[in-house]
Amino acid sequence: MSEPQRPLPEPTQLTAPYWNAARDKRLVVQCCQGCGHLQFFPRPFCLKCASERIDWQEVTGEGTIYTFTINHRAPNAFMKERLPYAVAIVDLDEGVRMMANIVNSDLAAIEIGKRVKVVFERVSGEIVLPQFELV
Amino acid sequence: MTHDLSRSIAIAGVAESDLGKVPGRTAIELQAQAANRALVDAGLRLQDVDGVFAHTDDRFPALQLSEYLGLQPGYVDSTNVGGMSNLSHIRHAMAAIAAGMCSVALVTYGSTQLSDGSRKSGAVATDSAASSRGQFIAPYGQLSPIGYYAMVAQLHMRRYGTTARDLAEVAVAARRWAQLNPKAYRRESTSIEEVMESPVMAAPLRQRDCCLVTDGGGALVITSAARARDLPGKPVYVMGVAESHAHHYTPFDTPDWLETAAAPTADAAFRMAGVTRKDIDVVQIYDHFTISVIQSLEELGFCRRGEGGSFVADGALAPGGRFPINTSGGGLSYGHPGMFGIFLAIEAVRQLRGECAERQLPKAEIALCHAPGLVFSCNTTMILGV
Repeated sequence: MSEPQRPLPEPTQLTAPYWNAARDKRLVVQCCQGCGHLQFFPRPFCLKCASERIDWQEVTGEGTIYTFTINHRAPNAFMKERLPYAVAIVDLDEGVRMMANIVNSDLAAIEIGKRVKVVFERVSGEIVLPQFELV
Repeated sequence: MTHDLSRSIAIAGVAESDLGKVPGRTAIELQAQAANRALVDAGLRLQDVDGVFAHTDDRFPALQLSEYLGLQPGYVDSTNVGGMSNLSHIRHAMAAIAAGMCSVALVTYGSTQLSDGSRKSGAVATDSAASSRGQFIAPYGQLSPIGYYAMVAQLHMRRYGTTARDLAEVAVAARRWAQLNPKAYRRESTSIEEVMESPVMAAPLRQRDCCLVTDGGGALVITSAARARDLPGKPVYVMGVAESHAHHYTPFDTPDWLETAAAPTADAAFRMAGVTRKDIDVVQIYDHFTISVIQSLEELGFCRRGEGGSFVADGALAPGGRFPINTSGGGLSYGHPGMFGIFLAIEAVRQLRGECAERQLPKAEIALCHAPGLVFSCNTTMILGV
């Protein structure tokens, strides 16, 4: 039996810069050239000012845990082998929010409000996932 | 000033299909069975139906059901916004009936989720790997919807000091109601301790903080208030109804997960109905998770934000309690075939008609139903009266 496969993102033309940057161990989010608004996840225009002049900006990768859960059940066979694991909503210092696992950390030490920093986990030949660990 | 459409339509018939574990049946069979029973309940015939509102896990559910029932309706709606969909359909039927686009609306749902084994540990089918959910959620192994509500519970506990015992109170109250409902799927007695010792699914939520997975269908027959008054049964009028929609499965733009659009949605429903919280006799809140009941009680304004935990303590929600709700036993103990919204309305109607036997509330003139959809993504609040 082959090893279960993690559900992998399929980058699109719009999101490719995010995933390309992650391969280079950089975390980037969309930045509007018209009004400076940062947004995540990527859209084809700025939700704030409607400009289509969207660029990408590297962020520090530092943030705070908004909330989290520790999974004792998994939605697929791949994650089942990694139980228990933490899924968190992280607020980046730049003001955008994203989901990730809290990795390389004592699960019992994870709390709302704790500081985290981005790390990069290679999950296939093509895909590197932004993840976070406790600072 | 009361809204023009307040009390313009009535729910004239309600029914469930066979419920619980119904092996060897398909979702459409259960849906059609419920539809037929609801029409009999209303004193109407299939031929009277000219609006079909249907929701299942399948594609094109309104066409599928129309074909199955031999109907050629002039108005259909298959809006799928998760568990609240059928409550949303009631509001859409109100607009369609007011606009003269249909006169007798059949609102239905059906699922064989338990027999199919299609929802194990919340592992519902995800969207494509190129979608926002596929790219930015699916790789992280989030259970859906459990994981999102676990995150809400985590926030609630941290900010307000809500405890696992508070959550368990909700599950035990549901079971005590189910013990009074012969149709409920889980009726054996339980305790706070049993709930708190059940296996952890997504911390802090345990198995018994989560709704059941069952088979079942439901149906409502809706028509104008004037027509309903000519039917044999007691009409139950829609006094107020409001809905709001915010996100799908990627709620990064919802700033505070404990201050949702449910609150203004409820306010809008109360304004339309022209009643206040104190006027409500019957409350049916979507209980896919124990935390959702606590959060909804706060958002609906039955207690203040942060007070939900103490509000439900000491059996408050159970039969004979300070604030008895979810009298069918709810999604936690009566049954939960995937999407529970329609069953909130069915139970509310039965309470208002005084048909609930052992579980009948002593005073039942005005009822409130509230349901979110997906992962606190959208909300419908509806107020019914006789």
